[in-house]
Parts: sequence; C-alpha cells; structure tokens
Amino acid sequence: MSTTAKVPVPIDESAEPAAVPLRTALKAPILLGVVTMLVALLIAFKARAGKTTFRLAADTDFFDLPAVTVPSTATVATVVVLLALGTAASALLVSRGRRTPLWLIAIFAVVAMVGFLAWAAAGRTVPVVGLLGGSIALAVPLVFGALGGVLGERAGVVNIAIDGQLLFGAFAAAIFGTVVGSPWGGLVAAMLAGALVALVLGFFAITYFVDQVIVGVVLNVLVIGLTSFLFGQVLAENPQELNAPDHFERIPIPVLGEIPVIGPVLFRQTILVYLMYAAVVIVAWALYRTKWGLRVRAVGEHPKAADTVGIKVNRTRYTTLLIAGLIAGAGGATYTLVSVPQFGEEMTDGAGYIALAAVIFGRWDPVRATLAALLFGFATNLSGVLSVLGSPVPSQFMLMLPYVVTIIAVAGLVGASRAPAADGVPYRKG
Amino acid sequence: MTLELRGITKRFGPLVANDRISLTVNEGEILALLGENGAGKSTLMNVLYGLYQADEGEILLDGAPLKMSGPGDAMAAGIGMVHQHFMLVPVFTVAENVMLGNEATGFAGTLDLDAARQRVREISQRFGFDVDPDALVETLPVGVQQRVEIIKALSRDARVLVFDEPTAVLTPQETDELMEIMRQLRASGTAIVFISHKLREVRAIADRITVIRRGAVVGEASPTATNAELAALMVGRPVELTVHKEPAQPGPEAFVVKDLRVVDDTGHTHLDGISFSIARGEVLGVAGVQGNGQTELTEAIMGLQSHVRGSIRLGEHELVGKSVRKVLDAGVGFVPEDRQVDGLVGGFTIAENLMLNRSHGKPFVSAGTIRNGYLEEFAQTKLVEYDVRASGIQAKASQLSGGNQQKVVVARELSRDLSLLVAAQPTRGVDVGSIEFIHKQVVATRDAGVPVLLVSTELDEIVALSDRIMVLYRGQVVGIVPADTPRETLGLMMAGERPEGTAA
Repeated sequence: MSTTAKVPVPIDESAEPAAVPLRTALKAPILLGVVTMLVALLIAFKARAGKTTFRLAADTDFFDLPAVTVPSTATVATVVVLLALGTAASALLVSRGRRTPLWLIAIFAVVAMVGFLAWAAAGRTVPVVGLLGGSIALAVPLVFGALGGVLGERAGVVNIAIDGQLLFGAFAAAIFGTVVGSPWGGLVAAMLAGALVALVLGFFAITYFVDQVIVGVVLNVLVIGLTSFLFGQVLAENPQELNAPDHFERIPIPVLGEIPVIGPVLFRQTILVYLMYAAVVIVAWALYRTKWGLRVRAVGEHPKAADTVGIKVNRTRYTTLLIAGLIAGAGGATYTLVSVPQFGEEMTDGAGYIALAAVIFGRWDPVRATLAALLFGFATNLSGVLSVLGSPVPSQFMLMLPYVVTIIAVAGLVGASRAPAADGVPYRKG
Repeated sequence: MTLELRGITKRFGPLVANDRISLTVNEGEILALLGENGAGKSTLMNVLYGLYQADEGEILLDGAPLKMSGPGDAMAAGIGMVHQHFMLVPVFTVAENVMLGNEATGFAGTLDLDAARQRVREISQRFGFDVDPDALVETLPVGVQQRVEIIKALSRDARVLVFDEPTAVLTPQETDELMEIMRQLRASGTAIVFISHKLREVRAIADRITVIRRGAVVGEASPTATNAELAALMVGRPVELTVHKEPAQPGPEAFVVKDLRVVDDTGHTHLDGISFSIARGEVLGVAGVQGNGQTELTEAIMGLQSHVRGSIRLGEHELVGKSVRKVLDAGVGFVPEDRQVDGLVGGFTIAENLMLNRSHGKPFVSAGTIRNGYLEEFAQTKLVEYDVRASGIQAKASQLSGGNQQKVVVARELSRDLSLLVAAQPTRGVDVGSIEFIHKQVVATRDAGVPVLLVSTELDEIVALSDRIMVLYRGQVVGIVPADTPRETLGLMMAGERPEGTAA
C-alpha cells in the first residue's frame, strides 16, 4: 500500500486552548477589576479617618499575638494598589490564553477583605478570631447540607430538598433533644429526619421517575408547612416539655485549641463541628478511594454501564441518598442544639439553597463544596459582625451579602464545570 | 464448554421480539447471528446477558440451566459482552472501568487500583493491545475503547463473549484488527457470538451462521454461502444487492463549497477549511468514520450551525448566513441523519409530516389555514408512490417502522423541485427492502439533473451510489477520489492517510 505520512490535522491539539473560550476566561479579570474599583471608590468618596485595630488574640492562647493597628485610609490605598496588580496579573494571563488560577483569586479576596474591614471598622477593633470562628459555626449546616447534596448528585439524584432536610432535622432535634433529655438523642433524631425526607425523595424520583427538581421543591414546601403547623399547634403550647432541648457545649481541644488564631477558630467548637470535620474527610475518602464510592460515581455518570457489570443502580442510589439524608439531617441539628436551643418557624432561612449553590460552586467535590460553604458562612457572619461594629454600610445591604456572594460565585467564577452525566436522570431498565 | 439457548421467547406487550429461538455455541467457535435491524438480535443477547428476563425458554451452560436475574449472574457464569454502545464510564480511567463491579479491595473497602492496572497490563500483553491503564476513557479513540470493553470482559474470565454489532463504529482497518483479535480469542478457547447485519464480515469470520428474521430463527448457513443467498435468507425474498445506475452525465458545476469552517460554542473546530463542488446530475459521496465533521457539514449547508465561515454557493445563491427557511426556498432537500429527532414529528400524522417543510404557504396553506383536502390527496398519492406501509395517512409517524419512517422523509424532501439534495445516512436502521427503494430514489434524483451530497458511514453505500467520493478526517478533506477507488485505499483515507497520487 503506497501511502505517505498522516495528514497533518492538529485540530484537537490546537483546539485545546480554545476549549477555554475567551468569554468565560474574561469573567475573572473583569470581576477582579470591578472589585478593585469598588474598594477604590470607598476611599475616593467616603474615606474614613482614624485607625483600625485587628485583634488576633483570644483567651488562653499559648502566647498572645499583639493586636495590629493600622491607619485606615493608608491601608485601603495600599490594598487598592495590590488589587490593581492582581487584576493586571489576571488580565495578562487571560490575554495569553490561560485561566486565572484559583489561588490568585483567593489571595485577591483576602486582600480585598482586609481593605474593606480597615475601612468599615475605622476607629474600632475587628475581632478577627470571633469573625472567623463564628463563620465556621454558621457554616456547619451549610457544610453538612452540601456534603449530602454532593453525595446525592454524584449518584445521579438532584437533591433540591436539602433545605427541607435541614429544617426537618432542626425540628426533630428540638423535640427529641427535649424528650430524651440529651442533645445526642436530638442529633440521632435529626439524622433520621433528614433520611426520611431523602426516602420520600427517592421514592418519587427513583422508583416513580418523577422530575427530581419538582419533587425537591415540593418537599421543601411540605416540610415548611408541616413544621410550622406542628410548631404552632403543639410546640408553642408546651415549650418546656417539647421545645427546650439541652444543647451541645463547646469542647476546647487541649493543645490544639491553644494555638493562637487557629486554635480558637477551629478547635474551640462544639462536637458538631468536629463531626463535620470528620464527615468531610470520610465522605471525600469514601467517594474517591473505596469500592462503594466508585460504584456511586459510576451510577451517577453512566447507570447503564454500571447495570451491565452487575451493580444494582437504583439500590445504590437509594442507599447513597439515605446516607446523604443522614448527613444533611445532622446539619439541621445545628440550628436547635447549639446556640439557640429552640425551634422556630422556617428557621433555616433558605440555607439549604445556599448549600445547593455550594455543591455546584464546589463542582460536585466534597472538599471544594466544603470550602464554598465556609465562604458563605463567612459572608453571613461578616454581616453580623459589621452591624455590631456599627459599620457605615446599611444593615439591609449587609444582610444581602451571603446571597450576593452566592450569585457571584456560581455565575461568575464556576466556569464550565461538568455535573455528573446522569445527574437528575431516572434510570429505567432496557 | 457449550452454551445453549433453548426456546427463548421474549415479548414486549403484543410484540414478540424473540419467538422460540434456539441456538448453540461451542468452545473455540465463532457463531454469527445475522439479521436485519429490528430482527431481534440485540433483544436475544440482552436476554442472554441477563438484562432482560425471557418469558419462556432456558439458557443452559454445559447442559445445566442457568438462573439469571441480572448481568451479575451472567458474568458469574462466564458470559461477557462487548456492547454496541460501549458500557464505559467516560470520566473514569481504563483501570477503574475494568474493575467496576468486580473491584479488588484492601482495608475497609479501599480500592486496590494497582491490582486493576496489573490486570489491564496482563491482558493487554496477552493480546498485543497497547492500552494505558491510567488513560481517561473519554480521551481514547473508539477502537481503543472497544478494546477496553474486551479487556473488561476478559478480566472476569469470560468464556463466552458476545460482540453486539462491534464494527458499526470502526474504520475498515480497525475492523480487520478486531477480526484478528476475535480469531486469537477463538484460538484460546473462547466461544464467540458475533452479531451483525454486514454480510461481508459475517462470511469472513464465522464458523457457523444463524439467520434470524422477525424474531425467529429462519435458517443456518455456512460461511461459504454467497452474499445473495445470505441476503435472501435474511430478508425473506431475493434482494438486489447492487444498485443499477447508468454512468453519470455531469452537467455544469452547481454547488460550490469554498474554505468552509465550522466552530462550535466551546471553540472546537469541526470543519477546518474544506472545499469541494458538485455538478448537476452527480452524486458526491462523503465517506469517513462517524464524528469527523459530516454532521456539521450537512448542518452548515442547511443553516443549522451558528459559527460558519467560508462560502457555500448554490447556483446564484450564497447560503452561508442564510436562515433555514431561505435555504429551503433555494431548493435544498434534506434527509437528516436522525429521522426520529430531526426528520419527523413522531406525534404527527403521516400527512402532517409530509407538509412540514412547506408549512408557510402554498400549496398546503392558504390564508393561514391548512388546505386539508389538498393535503389528504397529496399524502394519499405519496403513500402509494413511495410504498409506505401504514394503516393510512392518519397513522402517527412514531408507529411506523424505521424503513417506512424514512420513506416518509424521503417522499417529503423529493416531492418538490430541488436544486440540491443533501442525504445524511439515508438508510441507517432501515430494512433491506427499503434500502433498495431509497437508493433507487437517490439515483433517480441524480438522473433528473440534481446535484446530490450523500453522507454515509457505510462504505458499501458510498461506493454503490457515488460518482465521486470525498473522505473526511478530523474536519479536513483527505482527498476526493473516483468511485472505483479500491476499498483498502478508502479505508486508509478514512484513518487520515493520504495515498500517493491523489489530490486533496
């Protein structure tokens, strides 16, 4: 056969950089530029005189870090310069056909936040430890919810009902925590409540092929209605017998808890936070390193292929969804077994939807989703801390913050992420 | 080791997909299961593989009946399957795919990936495959993916291997390599069931041939039977396998494509500067393995692609940048490659489907109202003329067989004055009788002086109908050659190699 060399058709190779379309890649530098402008506008039009103090120490550290006091306006000006440099770096990378790396965005965000705080708290003291530690505490239900969401979607079931699982978990924890007389009883009840919602979701979504988004939304509304009704009819009548659970105390971990900054932020928390750390590690390990995880991912990506190698698709989906429900339910317990030991109507405030955003922002990965949830927790806590400090920003605006961060994160920064291929698609044999 | 199917019957509602089918396959033997699309081959194999439960009959391994409640049982019994649509998870590595469902584990269910890699290497070596256990499956060429499927089956010690239409996605060269692998497997004692509707391949590789038609075994044949004998057995009547056509009488160039580029939304280039022309009264066949830009070419002509550069001229008209409506008005007829998705509205009647491309005005619509009388008369005529077997013109398109659906599409596209016919996979999934009919229509269109662009992944069809053949590979034209070019040369061109002496 007389042939010459292969036709030089390097389409795939040359198309690789183009696979990050310019429009998507441009989002990052534009977003960074806008943030830089906003921070610059702060000192241009509303410069605040005075010094800002960042307090880094908490009680009982090994040693006390000194508080850092900086002149407000000069700090913001420095920050603006740094932000401008970051934006330029991002623009340069994009112009060379590369993406903006995540670490650059992360550093940018931290610097921007320092600048914002230096401005907002001029003449006052920012309790850095309280700000960060409180963020973790507020992020707990989000992290549990997001882990549950990640597991469900990896197995191919879209779980819009995270909010319902959190709320029902909170409700069950309040009642059983009171009745049993131990927060542990409340925690177990919360997990079972989350699993119950998951079971109903699975029943419709897996067994009867009902549209998963619709079932999820309906379940959320159902749980709101059910808990509000029972709260009004039963709990509000007997608050002492039914709605006064014991709560989990803070357990400082010896040694670790005494490291400056890190200790009080990470290791002087309740048992639920430590359980959350464990849950993140276990879920990530189980999903990527175990036989069970391989099967869960196969079922979510290509259920028919899983079926042809003898994996029971729908059974795997059910078990995964139930485990996810247990986890999300535990997140609900945070609401009633930690700071405010009492159930209130619609007390999750749509946190489940933010957890869902964390799932997508975290690209269906347990660790990334956890980081996303922590970011949302920080945004929530920031609004609280600033209103205590008496910041110049209107409080209504600060309340928007977690949701604004959600929208920017999901729409602006996620880029082209890929959901599990069979996510939301019921499996029918044949 | 002998595998026997005895009296397998499988019904879907009133439809009998398998009617008391019995067959046997022995160790070290290749049994070909020959039948048309829809004859019930795949259903039978899904029963054998435990995906479907048979309504009657039994499966015996060495004389002992097998109880199957799912694919797991089939695998445990040593039955493996290479599926027509690969059952591989695209985002998993080769090793992960091979171990899935059969995982080697360590402490607390931890995956032992090293064991899986070792298994892949070991089997690859035995058969001379070059497969990297850590490659992501979605990045592998189709031919290699198929080998991963084979490795997957062999890693479970399959003693019976079923190949379901394995050559549909392969180039002729890859097909030859697959046949070599099958011979090796046979020599190592594996029993093989080879499902196909391609006569040439069946005769080349099979030891015995079982023919099924409409769900029942209609006969056995030896590989020495002629194509005509096999085809007659498969279809149930003598079939003309060759297309009779006079030499083309090409007129002036009527359709000219210059430097056509198509990019999709994610920035991938699908067509990279291709140029060709078709004369009046000429069929240009577009050959190539599926996914090398054929779909984008036909869609770019029809105005269905959004990022098109270059020029497509039909007579006086420039088609690039025109809406689909304008393209149709310029006289382009289009048989899309997937009739169920793009060709027909399943819930519409035959009559309604026949007027789809002329729903905006005369002759079917006047003053915004459908002229039902005219439409019925028209549909009735076409039903007869195109030999559409249906209960009547009010039958829903979704109720027709593949061949009859395709005849409706062809009837609609050919029943107006055309200045170009674009036919993409016109006979995919169509029975042999209808194939004959559709081929005759394509030739008749050519003879009426219309330029025809024929896209097909079946090389036989391209060779039979075309006057010239253009081969596409990765969005570029490898060459445009005469229709009598040898198959081996075309095969090499489909793999991207440009034979000496052909111009691009």
